[in-house]
Amino acid sequence: MAVEVRIPTILRTYTGGAKAVEGSGSTLGEVIKDVESGHPGLEDHLLEGGDLRRFVNVYVNDEDVRFLDGLDTVVADGDVVVVLPAVAGG
Amino acid sequence: MLTIGQHVYDEIVTHARRDHPDEACGIVAGSTGSDQPLRVIPMLNAERSPTFFRFDSTEQLQVWRELEEHDEVPVVIYHSHTATEAYPSRTDIGLAFDPDAHYVIVSTALCGNGEGSVEFRSFQIVEGVVTEEKVEVA
Repeated sequence: MAVEVRIPTILRTYTGGAKAVEGSGSTLGEVIKDVESGHPGLEDHLLEGGDLRRFVNVYVNDEDVRFLDGLDTVVADGDVVVVLPAVAGG
Repeated sequence: MLTIGQHVYDEIVTHARRDHPDEACGIVAGSTGSDQPLRVIPMLNAERSPTFFRFDSTEQLQVWRELEEHDEVPVVIYHSHTATEAYPSRTDIGLAFDPDAHYVIVSTALCGNGEGSVEFRSFQIVEGVVTEEKVEVA
């Protein structure tokens, strides 16, 4: 199943400059693994200790996955995943 | 150097004073590559905290999409410090991700919600290195 994954500017060095890449899988976690296989290094910027990094926002069809099932969020053909760096500080 | 219009400066300061004692945060959008911050977009601080800020993730997605449609970028990313000086904290430095952005910090430590003086400073933060830059209000 093909899912579009939109990559923020800061991570496009891993996608050869592409704004979006395709991934497959039935959950967000599987899609990230699949994208990593074609674009090594990306995963490290999204995950930490097997979970999503605290200061990276990931959305499936415009919903922040923190309010869904995180990496277990179910995705389907045609879904859109958006990655954005969180804007935060102290 | 950061060059901003008086109205942009005023809008940021007004936002910071209004949200004191919580930290205020937002961006100033401008055309990609222009380095001209024109449109102030105040953002919700999802943390509603006097010591921390984080853009509300849902609002951020909406705003980032709007920027893309208009071929704009966040030329300025601003937030306030409400008890300390307007200099990037360790957290600010660690979480800064945009080497092209002007990171503006406003301190409301002296004025609170009132009309007293504010500190308004701008920085570039690249891979953990902070460089202060001159702010020219034109």
